[in-house]
Amino acid sequence: MSTEMLVQPSATSPTRRVVGGLLRSREIAVFTVLVALILVTTVKNDGFLFSSTGFRDLLLTPCLLLILATGQTVVIITRNVDLSVGSTLGLSAYLTGRLFVDNPGLPVPVVFLAGIAFGAVLGLVNGVLVSWGKVPALVITLGTLYIYRGAFLTWAGSDRINASDLPRGFSRLGTQQLLGIPVLTIIALVVLAIVGYFLWTARAGRELYAIGSDPDAAQLYGLRVSRRVLLAFVVSGALAGLAGVVYAARYGTVSSGAGYGIELQAVGAAVIGGVAIFGGSGTVWGAAIGAFLLVTINRALPILGISDFWQQAVVGALILAAVALDRLLSLRQERKLVEANDR
Amino acid sequence: MTQLAIPPTEAPRRYAAHAHPLWRRALLTPEVAVIVALVLVFTWSTANVQAFDGPLTLYYLFLDTAPILLIALPMTLVIVTGEIDLSVASVVGLSSVLVGLLHRDAGLSIPVAALVALLVGIACGALNGFLVGYVGLPSLAVTIGTLALYRGIAVGLLGTEAVTDFPERWTDLAKQRIVDGSSYPVVLIPFVLLLIAFVWLLHFTPFGRGIYEIGLNDEAAHFSGVDVERTKFWLFVLTGAVSSLAGVYYTLRYGSARGDNATGLELQVIAAVLLGGVSIFGGRGALHGVVAGVLLIGVISSAMRLENQTVNVINIVIGSLLILSVMAPSLLGRARTLAARLRPTSAPPRNDTGDAPVDHEERLQR
Repeated sequence: MSTEMLVQPSATSPTRRVVGGLLRSREIAVFTVLVALILVTTVKNDGFLFSSTGFRDLLLTPCLLLILATGQTVVIITRNVDLSVGSTLGLSAYLTGRLFVDNPGLPVPVVFLAGIAFGAVLGLVNGVLVSWGKVPALVITLGTLYIYRGAFLTWAGSDRINASDLPRGFSRLGTQQLLGIPVLTIIALVVLAIVGYFLWTARAGRELYAIGSDPDAAQLYGLRVSRRVLLAFVVSGALAGLAGVVYAARYGTVSSGAGYGIELQAVGAAVIGGVAIFGGSGTVWGAAIGAFLLVTINRALPILGISDFWQQAVVGALILAAVALDRLLSLRQERKLVEANDR
Repeated sequence: MTQLAIPPTEAPRRYAAHAHPLWRRALLTPEVAVIVALVLVFTWSTANVQAFDGPLTLYYLFLDTAPILLIALPMTLVIVTGEIDLSVASVVGLSSVLVGLLHRDAGLSIPVAALVALLVGIACGALNGFLVGYVGLPSLAVTIGTLALYRGIAVGLLGTEAVTDFPERWTDLAKQRIVDGSSYPVVLIPFVLLLIAFVWLLHFTPFGRGIYEIGLNDEAAHFSGVDVERTKFWLFVLTGAVSSLAGVYYTLRYGSARGDNATGLELQVIAAVLLGGVSIFGGRGALHGVVAGVLLIGVISSAMRLENQTVNVINIVIGSLLILSVMAPSLLGRARTLAARLRPTSAPPRNDTGDAPVDHEERLQR
């Protein structure tokens, strides 16, 4: 039995295809921009990369947004969005401080676990409301954005956590390095690797992509859509909780403004990194590089002689460019497929 | 041609024109629910909250919610098409900065500066509209981008400075009452004019019907002759224009132009619009519900503030209301199916799901 193929298998050799695919991948493109930015800034002021604090800050500053963008990507892939991460981060950061104030001598890993578990519970609330209520995530997480922020402000009041409230071993994490790499960055990268591997190979991870591409088809195919979406929100919440603990370790102080407005930055990082806002495609690697780029631009602009007041404008232009580029590429892809079909 | 006409002897229609009677269709809507909630909260507050019935309460309520009321009008139209505009608060901030800068540095009078700000607002909206309507990009991503872009330009232009020296004539006008001693500020006049214009546009023109069609199914709308691209483009332009007007008002009302003015306002506007019964999926919603939604949030906030609640508790209440309002239909649906399952099978088949034809067939068989 001969089957006629719509598209012939590529005649190019596998290695060339892999290399070509890599060259055309979004992750490489954004990474190139990032490297170019770092290079140009370093030429202007070599302290940006080569001084000890410069190198540390380069790696340390993005780790907060990197963790959030990773969680956000998992949710966006399922064609949802989680706007409540900023409030979750704030709550979890304050919880961290409170735990240390109320129980001095608590071991640091316990606090990390508490923050993650707390964030996971908040994410679970989002997930239950979204997947059982059949209500768009944008609305639900907008609501919980307000509720969590309100709960945070009510709980914290005008109280704030100061560096002196935190045990030495914990606040040292913010500056500690392992083989020249900050510990917090290692934590962020480990999280990134785990989530990335999960999305890449695990069955549940691949199902998230299937759900995002076409929720109805996924349902008909027999995937447990509600359960998977729930899982995505729990992951996002847990990572936001972790980011809260990292926030407390990094900055030492937690005031009521912690994490305010960071949710849109997380979404922006994912979009820049090539995660389609309507789900089904994109990787956490891309989102992580996007987060790195966003934060690094922020720090590079003053060195390049541009007032950092303009940073947001650059970020906005970058997001627009990323979205427009995606559209351009998908149109080209579509045309190619149509041509292949007509032939 | 005569063959096409339906002969009057054709069998009478075998199903009802509507699944539900008129009173049910007119009264059991999200809009009416919001209005009833507004009236209930308002009367309860007047009776129980001290000083709520004072002349200042309503005055400040209108002064504070005016920007949200204004922007909610075009935002409703945008959301009915199934799109969203997150950049409105940034346009408010940009327009505020422009009014301040043009007045202080270029020495322009307030009306001229406001006019320039309006033009810039229109340009901002046009960029959104072009990218969403004609290029076909998802509005959520585009307006997250322009949210940062417009806010970034505003902050870049003015830094952390604030322009505060505005002529008193204009700052007083923003706070003036229509009639001395009444609780209605002057800003309600442009709002009511815009409200009339938008009600006319959305509910009484072919353009407005097209907005609903796009929200229900934009491909079908395209094939039935609605210019989807142009409609979306103009809606975003309208949103930009009204947002910049709100920015001028915001500047004069608080007498200060700052880059971070009205940060986060976009979420308040969207929350109010959705609370007012507009579906985030598009295709459903009406302006009377939206106005009631904005006012409901305003009344709850001012009543709770008079009861000495902090803004935090108010945030929690508003967030819960938002979730409750969008969950209500699906919760009702679940309750209904549960009730249908619990009902004994021997009971006459009363159909609540709106499947009137089936109902009728069953009756015929019996």
